[in-house]
Amino acid sequence: MASVNPTTSSTGERVIPKPNTAHIWKTFWILLAVTCVEFAVAFMLISPGAKTMRLAIFVGLTIVKAFYIVAEFMHLKYEVKSLIWSIIIPLLFVVWLLVAMVMEGGSIFVGRGF
Amino acid sequence: MATSATLQPTKWWTGGKSPFNMEYGKLMMWYFLMSDAFTFGAFLISYGTIRFSQNFWPDPNVVFNAFPGAGHANLPLAFVSVMTFVLIISSVTMVLAVHAGHNNNKKEVVKWLFWTIIGGAAFLGCQAWEWHHLITGEHVVLADGKLDIIGQSMRGNPWGRLVPEEQVLAALQNTSHETLLQLSQMGHHGTTGVDHGALSHEQLLKSIQVAELHVREKGPVAFGGYFFGITGFHGFHVFSGVIINIVMLLMTQKGVFERRGHYLMIEKAGLYWHFVDLVWVFVFTFFYLV
Repeated sequence: MASVNPTTSSTGERVIPKPNTAHIWKTFWILLAVTCVEFAVAFMLISPGAKTMRLAIFVGLTIVKAFYIVAEFMHLKYEVKSLIWSIIIPLLFVVWLLVAMVMEGGSIFVGRGF
Repeated sequence: MATSATLQPTKWWTGGKSPFNMEYGKLMMWYFLMSDAFTFGAFLISYGTIRFSQNFWPDPNVVFNAFPGAGHANLPLAFVSVMTFVLIISSVTMVLAVHAGHNNNKKEVVKWLFWTIIGGAAFLGCQAWEWHHLITGEHVVLADGKLDIIGQSMRGNPWGRLVPEEQVLAALQNTSHETLLQLSQMGHHGTTGVDHGALSHEQLLKSIQVAELHVREKGPVAFGGYFFGITGFHGFHVFSGVIINIVMLLMTQKGVFERRGHYLMIEKAGLYWHFVDLVWVFVFTFFYLV
């Protein structure tokens, strides 16, 4: 693999650079936009009654951002299927722990009898 | 081989090639990051559990409302938005470094790695300021029937519920002379020439404007441990990421990867760096937004 300068290359063999960096910046703008939406929600949706909805929106948008970082920046989307699953499936244990401990926290809350 | 690949999907498990289509070191970096995700996940879930078990938790808009150089202005989320922006940008520059590595473009790799290091260092600087501000902050709390001035530490949290004025007035009577002196000085930031030390106990009491103190109860002690523990562990990851990137930069500049013919090491460092950004996305949501 010889060093190829993308601007002088006219062979058509390694002309990927330009569209690829556009792709990177697109991901950046998505991440930035999602963060801006989070700020907007943090300032605009402040009524106590909307607490659960706020939490749901924040968690949802966080997962969207996490997806773009892992899929695009870490390139996992483009790897072999078996690798993707070998990374994703073990992480389901984290979800299990999350559900179990959130319920546990709720039980402690009840037990404390506020 | 090329023709058969287009006709049917590649058989990854029939031998002769890496079934994950990935170099050993990079694969191991993925599994390390997965285990690191378990660690951070456990930390954050533990924090969530404790938070769910409490009937009060400090409002992030009240805790994180300071900005360097803005004095006592109330700017919720402003500084952390800068930190988030810095980290996302440094993630982009890292992808660009990896991308330049794919093209064996040494100059570009050096350039983008340099900016990534700058971004990481800037983030660490922001975090240092934020920690310092929280620890050295002076907040008036009502504890054991008297007023006290504390910062955010592992031992105490100054952001409990607001205390009504009558209770503050009653608590003032039990408050020590030194604390009164501090309180009266806090209320008169601009005034000079007034020797508060010379005032009598009664004069001090009169000089304190209760409404300006924003006295709160003490908040949950666990807040400090979780906040400093988790952002500290994340900050340590950023720190080690910066060190790794500096090593990568030096190796690139010395031409190690050029001689090797590929920039796979940059990809591994890149994975680690993006993971740091990924963790911050979660820390940002669960400490600063919710």
